[in-house]
Amino acid sequence: MKLVKNAAGRMVPTEVNGEIVIPYKGVNKHKPTGNKIGAPIKSCADYQLDGNKVVKNLREALKKAGLKNGMTISTHHHLRNGDVLTNILFDTIKSMGVKNIRWYPSASFPVHEHLIQYLNDGTIHHIEGSMNGPLGRYTTEGKMKGVGVLRSHGGRYQSIQDGEVHVDIAVIAAPTADPFGNATGDRGKSACGLLGFALADSEYADNVIVVTDNLIPFPCSPWQIQGNNVDYVVELESLGDPSKIVSGTTEVTKSPDRLLIAEYVAQFLEISGILKDGFSFQAGAGGTNLAFALFLKEKMIEKNIKARFIRGGSTKYLVQMLEEGLTDYILDGQTFDLEGVRSMRENDGHLNTSPFTSYNFHGKGNFASQIDAVVLGATEVDLNFNANVVTHSDGYLLHGIGGWQNCMFGKTVILAIPSFRDRIPVIVDEVTTLVAPGELVDVIVTERGIAINPKRKDLINAVKGSNLPIKTIKEIYNEVNEICGGKPAKPKVNKDEVVAIIKWVDGTVIDSVFKVEK
Amino acid sequence: MEKSIAGKKGDKVRSDCYIEITSKRLGGIKLDIKSKVEVMYGESIKTTILEMCDFFELKHAEILVEDYGALPSTLMARFELAVKRLNPKIEKEFLPTFNKKNKYKTSKDKLRRSRLYLPGNEPKFYPNAGLHKPDGIILDLEDSVAPTEKDAAQLIVRNALRSIDFYGSERMVRINQLPLGLNDLKFIIPHNVHVILIPKVETAEQILQVEAKVNELILANKLKNEVFFMPIIESALGVINAYSIATASKYNCALAIGLEDYTADIGTQRTNEGKESFYARASLINAAKAAGIQAIDTVFSDVNDMEGLRDSVIEAKGLGFEGKGCIHPRQIQVVHEAFAPTQIEIEKAQKIVAAFEEAKAKGIGVVSIGSKMIDAPVVKRAVNTLKISKLISEQK
Repeated sequence: MKLVKNAAGRMVPTEVNGEIVIPYKGVNKHKPTGNKIGAPIKSCADYQLDGNKVVKNLREALKKAGLKNGMTISTHHHLRNGDVLTNILFDTIKSMGVKNIRWYPSASFPVHEHLIQYLNDGTIHHIEGSMNGPLGRYTTEGKMKGVGVLRSHGGRYQSIQDGEVHVDIAVIAAPTADPFGNATGDRGKSACGLLGFALADSEYADNVIVVTDNLIPFPCSPWQIQGNNVDYVVELESLGDPSKIVSGTTEVTKSPDRLLIAEYVAQFLEISGILKDGFSFQAGAGGTNLAFALFLKEKMIEKNIKARFIRGGSTKYLVQMLEEGLTDYILDGQTFDLEGVRSMRENDGHLNTSPFTSYNFHGKGNFASQIDAVVLGATEVDLNFNANVVTHSDGYLLHGIGGWQNCMFGKTVILAIPSFRDRIPVIVDEVTTLVAPGELVDVIVTERGIAINPKRKDLINAVKGSNLPIKTIKEIYNEVNEICGGKPAKPKVNKDEVVAIIKWVDGTVIDSVFKVEK
Repeated sequence: MEKSIAGKKGDKVRSDCYIEITSKRLGGIKLDIKSKVEVMYGESIKTTILEMCDFFELKHAEILVEDYGALPSTLMARFELAVKRLNPKIEKEFLPTFNKKNKYKTSKDKLRRSRLYLPGNEPKFYPNAGLHKPDGIILDLEDSVAPTEKDAAQLIVRNALRSIDFYGSERMVRINQLPLGLNDLKFIIPHNVHVILIPKVETAEQILQVEAKVNELILANKLKNEVFFMPIIESALGVINAYSIATASKYNCALAIGLEDYTADIGTQRTNEGKESFYARASLINAAKAAGIQAIDTVFSDVNDMEGLRDSVIEAKGLGFEGKGCIHPRQIQVVHEAFAPTQIEIEKAQKIVAAFEEAKAKGIGVVSIGSKMIDAPVVKRAVNTLKISKLISEQK
């Protein structure tokens, strides 16, 4: 495989799975021209006038959709680790004898370990999405036939819209749907909240199959997915395991060290002046993130400050802030617990967003860049503030990108991370995989101190003289190496064998993941 | 063929390791390392183990290391333990390099508002403990360590005192109840321990035993650092003897009370209200103050009840205690806040001290503010309040 050095100095291929790809050119440097693609023209005349698109099973729907070898099939991760549908889908594809599928999920979860057999037997050719847990291990060991492609949530929307990925069949898990194909995720026994990740696929795929375990008479209201874009509806006993789809209740971390990090983040926002009336922030559902939101909430109450909006995975903690009047809106991108789902149904201030509105880079702006403070995690950060979220220091793929890259365009990007985990340094000399360029990362908050990117002189000045533990990233790096017993060795990888590529938000290739030598 | 084991194994183990050594007559060293950090530190682990085999003259053995991200000082302690369990006659110690950041000293009247207990056989809690800024960190060899793992904890604590940076917190160790505790001293005294907590003290004689052993070790190791004692009183007899215990040694810097054992000893239960221990607490405070040392309260054991903790500290402060035990890092800040002199207290103290200075300058024997006469003890207390508030602001 021929590799070239991209603008970030990383070696990347120019052709992947038989298609030309563009090496990363720098932040805001790649501006493609031309038109977006469109979905095929279809006619009402070919659909039942009574609006009934129900077919007897998934096999029938796939057959009608013209399933054949080499097609691209998309699924979505709103059922998270409770997703059984995707596994059933590939059981069905296998039983139909179809091969070489490009699986295009918005993310994968440990539950999808079930699909390794289909990667082995050639049913699935490769994955474009995220390769988490067991699938990450499988990919990194070079066992997948094709090369994996990792994209952000926004990048996924962009890749469909720009025509990089043509989806032949989209299979959308719908916790509630009607026979016409209108679908929602905010109710039903498998309720998961938002179906936003499936939006692009519903609009652009050649064929759209909605699968539900709660079929109700027309109209399904509200509809997050429009039935007018749907070809077939399939009813299934169960989409998955509700206890793993949303948590009954998300919990704040109890780790004193994570709480300390979260407290520092909240203090940083206060002292730097970012925390002010009408501000906005993004918070995820990780334990540290939830804790940060709670510390921030205390300060907001104390100083009588109200946010205009909070973006993020919604949880009961954000819902409480909405209900207590501490924010006008939640801009929900993904719903993590039952309280989030309830609020989505009941509260006008709880808004449904999508990767298009929040993240898409090839649109006329997006929400992410309007957020005052974004708090994210990372697996590694290096001395140049470059960050990694997909591989660990042992070289193995372990996580997807999610909205992480897209959020890098927030006004102040804060990575809240431990400086090391057990004996694994998180602050390193050079990231194993480059997923976000350091110029977009503003602040690193660890339990050992806060490092501000030298580019952000305004922030450095704003916190000068405060009692925050401000350090340089090099100081934290040295401290961590001393604790862990020296600089960690790098993984042994085969630099000729790319097992996956990492796309930047504009569709260019920012880095490669190489096969790990055992 | 003989075999020994040390350390911990299992899915939930973090920052620790498990070692198995099977001694052989022939065949050299056969090393089997399974590590979660194989890629990053596999070579480093191998080098350490081989160096230690050399040091302990272990020539023929099968060695299994299951590593869950143990830091070097932990790995060393576990391996040394396995070697010594295999051959209890070995006396020499494999010491990790003494971290130069650990050379700082302490003083008798240092602030001791919070002391954070860390179990002696759980090294995973150590590297970050100092980040939570307790006044003192206690590496505990006593109640938190299983009787069968006392030897393990001695090595873990020794290595931690040498290599782990506690970021300026006072370095404390709670030894075991005497006479067992006397044997703990050689693992800590040479490694810049600041304060030794002596549990379940009932007589002055026990303090003298510890003092004699400590002096012996200081002499033998030619140590120059100061070591202080904090006897913990946990029984009815201890309370009766509190003053003689407090004055038993010049090393004493504080008396602490342990209420779980005390209430059991007098045949009752601990309550939040604490009537049952009022006599003991008041007696202990009186004895400590009479001896010119600090009085330190017991731990607050409900880690989720921060308001309860705050009330408890305010009550303790009101009684005359100067410190409280913490069993979770999140308690530290609450304890510090509650012990801090209030703004009103500080302002009042400033006025009193100013009036005193003024009277002194004018050569007037009587100090007064307005029409109110100020007695000497009131001045003393005001000076003390300002001293504490100065220490606190220096820490920040």
